[in-house]
Amino acid sequence: MRIGLDIGSTTVKCVVLDDNNEIKYSTYERHYSQITSKIAEILKRVKGEVEGTENALVAISGSAGMGVADKCGIDFVQEVYATRVAANTFIPGTDVIIELGGEDAKILFLTGGMEVRMNGSCAGGTGAFIDQMATLLNVPLEQMDELAAQSEKTYTIASRCGVFAKTDIQPLLNQGARKSDIAESIFAAVVNQTVAGLAQGREIEGKVVYLGGPLTFMSRLRRRFDMVLNTKGICPDNSLYFVASGAALCAEHTIDFDKIIEAVKHYNGSGNFAFNKPLFENQAEYDEFSRRHSEATVEQGDLKSYKGKVFVGTDAGSTTLKSVVLGENGELLYSKYQSNSGNPVPLIKEFLEELYKAAPDIDIAASAVTGYGEEIIKNAFCYDYGIVETIAHFTAAKRFMPDVEFVIDIGGQDIKCFKIHNGAIDNLFLNEACSSGCGSFLQTFANALGYKIEDFAKLGLFAKQPVDLGSRCTVFMNSSVKQAQKDGATIEDISAGLSVSVVKNALYKVIRASSPDELGKKIVVQGGTFLNDAVLRAFEKEMNTQVVRPTISGLMGAYGAALYAMSRNRSENSTILNSEQLKGFKHEIQVVSCGLCQNNCRLTVNKFADGRKFIGGNRCERPITKRSPDKSLNIYDYKLELLKSYKPVKGSRGKIGIPMGLNMFELLPFWHSFFTSLGFEVSASPISDRKLYAKGQQTIPSDTVCYPAKLIHGHIQTLIDSGFDTIFYPCLSYNLDEGLGDNHYNCPVVAYYPEVISANMKDIKKVTFIKEYLGIHRKKDFPKKAYEMLSKYFDGITLKEVKAAAKAAYAEYDAHMAKIRAKGEQIIAQAEKEGKDIIVLSGRPYHVDPEINKGIDKLMAGFGVAIVSEDVVSCKVEKFPTTVLNQWTYHSRLYAAAKYIAGRDDMNLVQLVSFGCGVDAITTDEVRGILESEGKIYTQIKIDEITNLGAVKIRLRSLLAAVEEQREAKKKA
Amino acid sequence: MAKLEYDKTGRLLFTKEMKEEYTILLPMMASIQFRLMRNVFDMYGYKTELLETSGPEIAQVGLKYVHNDTCYPALLVIGQFIHALQSGKYDVHKTALMITQTGGGCRASNYIHLLRKGLKKAGLEFVPVISLNLSGLEKNSGFSLSLPMIRRLVGALVYGDTLMCLSNQTKPYEVNKGESMALVKSWSDRLTEMFKNGKGFAAKEQEAILDKISKDFSELKLNRVPKIKVGVVGEIYVKYAPLGNNNLEQFLAEQDCEVCVPGIMGFALFKVDNRLEDIKLYGGNKIKYKVIKILYDYLEKMESMMIKCTAKYGFTPPGKYSHTKELVKGVIGYGSKMGEGWLLTAEMLELTETGYPNIVCTQPFGCLPNHICGKGMIRKIKSIDDRANIVAIDYDPGAPRVNQENRIKLMLAVAKENLENELSKNSEF
Repeated sequence: MRIGLDIGSTTVKCVVLDDNNEIKYSTYERHYSQITSKIAEILKRVKGEVEGTENALVAISGSAGMGVADKCGIDFVQEVYATRVAANTFIPGTDVIIELGGEDAKILFLTGGMEVRMNGSCAGGTGAFIDQMATLLNVPLEQMDELAAQSEKTYTIASRCGVFAKTDIQPLLNQGARKSDIAESIFAAVVNQTVAGLAQGREIEGKVVYLGGPLTFMSRLRRRFDMVLNTKGICPDNSLYFVASGAALCAEHTIDFDKIIEAVKHYNGSGNFAFNKPLFENQAEYDEFSRRHSEATVEQGDLKSYKGKVFVGTDAGSTTLKSVVLGENGELLYSKYQSNSGNPVPLIKEFLEELYKAAPDIDIAASAVTGYGEEIIKNAFCYDYGIVETIAHFTAAKRFMPDVEFVIDIGGQDIKCFKIHNGAIDNLFLNEACSSGCGSFLQTFANALGYKIEDFAKLGLFAKQPVDLGSRCTVFMNSSVKQAQKDGATIEDISAGLSVSVVKNALYKVIRASSPDELGKKIVVQGGTFLNDAVLRAFEKEMNTQVVRPTISGLMGAYGAALYAMSRNRSENSTILNSEQLKGFKHEIQVVSCGLCQNNCRLTVNKFADGRKFIGGNRCERPITKRSPDKSLNIYDYKLELLKSYKPVKGSRGKIGIPMGLNMFELLPFWHSFFTSLGFEVSASPISDRKLYAKGQQTIPSDTVCYPAKLIHGHIQTLIDSGFDTIFYPCLSYNLDEGLGDNHYNCPVVAYYPEVISANMKDIKKVTFIKEYLGIHRKKDFPKKAYEMLSKYFDGITLKEVKAAAKAAYAEYDAHMAKIRAKGEQIIAQAEKEGKDIIVLSGRPYHVDPEINKGIDKLMAGFGVAIVSEDVVSCKVEKFPTTVLNQWTYHSRLYAAAKYIAGRDDMNLVQLVSFGCGVDAITTDEVRGILESEGKIYTQIKIDEITNLGAVKIRLRSLLAAVEEQREAKKKA
Repeated sequence: MAKLEYDKTGRLLFTKEMKEEYTILLPMMASIQFRLMRNVFDMYGYKTELLETSGPEIAQVGLKYVHNDTCYPALLVIGQFIHALQSGKYDVHKTALMITQTGGGCRASNYIHLLRKGLKKAGLEFVPVISLNLSGLEKNSGFSLSLPMIRRLVGALVYGDTLMCLSNQTKPYEVNKGESMALVKSWSDRLTEMFKNGKGFAAKEQEAILDKISKDFSELKLNRVPKIKVGVVGEIYVKYAPLGNNNLEQFLAEQDCEVCVPGIMGFALFKVDNRLEDIKLYGGNKIKYKVIKILYDYLEKMESMMIKCTAKYGFTPPGKYSHTKELVKGVIGYGSKMGEGWLLTAEMLELTETGYPNIVCTQPFGCLPNHICGKGMIRKIKSIDDRANIVAIDYDPGAPRVNQENRIKLMLAVAKENLENELSKNSEF
């Protein structure tokens, strides 16, 4: 008889196998992180219920079982290995196993060269992810499958990581998309993630077996896998117990049951986990803290007895809806705090109905709404004003501290903070997609451990050793918590540790502050998360300063919106729907594809009872105005058109394909001209889109490389599929020297990505792939070296021809760059004439790719600004000293552009950063430094596979609002 | 006290007076090698101290003063420096820092600038930072890397690499636990003493000593039972530094493995060879080529000394650079030189070939060159040599150790199975 235990991140599974490997007993239970007592309990039960266990061989497996096994002297079997052993025993002939667990996703290739793929540091696409998404949708996990079965369409949801997906799903919910469609889309994202992230170029074929909780319980998820893999996978009856069975099969030693039960009980982990100082030493300290913070209050009024005009403010946040009603003196008459479980519209209806019921004679003078749901709420209920969140929070904070220097708001899903300089928002930090979700993370975590958020947070107040969980993305924290638990941290320590993490995340990841002095002395904190005393205390401790937390901390957005409405001094009454209009209120949602351009946005068309319509999900104004957007002041559009103009020219020497990605966005003119001159017919692959990406995604070996690099796989595959037999994609360590930096490298990824293509794309063997190392930076040597290179692949090309071709290539490149600069000049001149703001949308040449920039240029153009790129202005600056080693050609331009615009009032810089770009960890700080030393605002936008532009909008609107405010402040002064 | 002097660009210089008054802090990476090489600085009149601190505070300090998305080694090295300066152990007005700079196209060339930024943020901008490089970057009047000094550094490196190579091969099998490391210690002490007297660097002398070292190791009492043999490759810092790789070597030892970590000499040869390759690929000055070639040849000579002495006593000698390079021909181009470049790929092939087919490929999370030469090449390596059993592990301040170890354990489970198969195959004959 054999016993196997599988201790996963959230559950314990145990099986007892008899000598014929039949399962005699099995159990599957959640351990709520009480791992040791759970094991003891199960073992005791097994001993009592199953006969003949005395001489059983026992082994432990599972990601959370390692430490316990070691300490208790039970054999540990690595879980993937256990799965493999079980598969070979129970389903002989299995080719591939796909297993999704709580936090792990695995693919095992058993035949044809055994290989195992596990998810790396990213927990996207796992059970925990689906859990998280169910919470977001506010449905029980069990219902996800049912919901998905009713779906009619799927949306594209970023599959990389739970946090990314969240930023995709939230707007969909806010725009009124159906939960069933979203549920199915989540499954699709999981499948995508597993296949793209783990298969890494290996075909999944033959006998496929599905294992693990999510795949066992969710038939729609299996169906999705079947669809994508074009197969029919098997999900065995004992699919949940494969790991446990495998452990049992590998067990080699008997154990003394009672001793082990005793040992397991006494296992307290190593007790070695890193921890911080307690939040509060004693009750007295806490009392003093509470007293201090109870002082930041607002005057309250009574709605029923109040006479006069009132002002309504609503903050439609990502996870909560907050509304307030203020009297003429700013007194708080009424407030409501609602959980946003998806569609905010019915909630606001409920709020207004309640308000009108409580005060039938209410006289609403003005109303304003802010937050993620701003647009839909404004349109649905005819609020007078929609304002960007930052302005709302600033307005509110000023009320508590007129000379406030720094405001930080940690909400359910995002961190917003900004400095105030000369009375204007000066420096805005928003959390990037990877570290968002702080407030809701605490919540999810509390739920996972079986606590309510309020109780959970309180647990940490007097924890003796708050676990040090670091300041990384929440998904990583999950694993750190697991580790800490194993090392003996108590639930109190973990609760406190999580609160500290939220703060550290905000300080060191988002704001990147190193001392309180940097943020100023006058700090107002707000947002629901700061209502949590542990978080507030951790913040004060970490910053070593005392801050103001208004008692209405969670309502500040709404409060600020109401104050804003008040400050507008409207002469007429508010247009907000009155109680009569509200009675007839109806809201219908229809989802359509726009189809007016290649972005093909998924539009949610909201129809209201009185025939009004609101369209959400659009990137540009085209579906509303039915006119194409004005492109004349957008250089991104011009650059793209310019590249498209390089068409194939018939030649005698055959065809060459070039992948349209990374540095080719600048060098296409060079190579096109070079090869055309030599008599080749040169074609570039088409401009990227999702479909093209999908074509190559299975061959990407490193899931953390930047998206622009990942796209190359799709381009190459497309070229191969369209029948090119020669593909040219050279390695270039060096770029052209523009004299702006200390060196002129390409980044390692741009420089050597052809090597990755060559080593990982199966079909590349079907073509002649030229990935030679070339030195275009040495103009004199280039022809000879290029000639040597060409001679390896083609007969009859002479050095003379190559020399002429090189000359033409350099000339074409120069001409191309000159055209861009000329167009840039023209845009700048036009903007100056029209008095428009100019944004230098800076990045690298490939940010012109619409699949990479996600239409951010168009979105900006929609705000009525002129857009030029960094290369238009970088040439106007002489080389100057930087505080970093200025060694990459593309990045030298960024520094130069920052330097240039510092001297211009009408120009601001927005830096596009690709997620995972390591070089930008260096450049962003430098660009920020250059801008700030000249009193400019730095704005950064991180882009990845994500398609949601909500956060981008906030950033841009805040920037424009801040620029406007600065300008007004200057005028006043 | 030494005056603070700056160059045209505003960089704080390390002056001659400072050489007299200041202590220079050096970051720790590979302990055996660095401890020996440190002595060379002392020989030339510098007061140095190797930072051997560890613990989670170091990463925390790093996170506080360096951009959080910067690579992990930068966080740790800079964190370790600032942590030391803030510890109160040093007179910060009489302390300087030294850091290497390769000048390559990877982020690592920027560590020194990130360090200065961090110092400024910490209010320590008066602490001079010395760049240790062969590219002529950042000159200082109080510090210069003379040719004899380079020779001695190379000499010390060869001793270090040899000691590491030998002890790795005896440690897992020793009958009397601890003998190998004791031998490393006693030799390190003896060499330090020799260096002080200017001895140990002449070619003949060094060869004789290396021979003696190898002989000493060969005389350790060993019990050679079959064990899983694991190679470690990766980004240079996390490959060697226990602080960077969560004590990887110790973990592997606890799992009862023999560990092989290719030496630093290969990396030195690689960096010098890159300059030759650059000229071959893109054209360039012939005289420059010849000068570099002299240095290259010198390093090769030193390398062959190491190989000869270890092989003589039946040890697996360090891989010969030129052979390692040959292995990777046609797999990845020699122009791929940023970071560890093609050498990383080549080392995996070489380890597989020499009986260490189980490989941990270490890299900082998001390491740019490793997208190409590490993770990007694993598939190809397996298609070339199917014995290769490679696991890629990411390190960063947030990556939990338990996940890393779990993944390594999976690799080891497969390794164990392979080993058992091989043993049973052998016993059949």
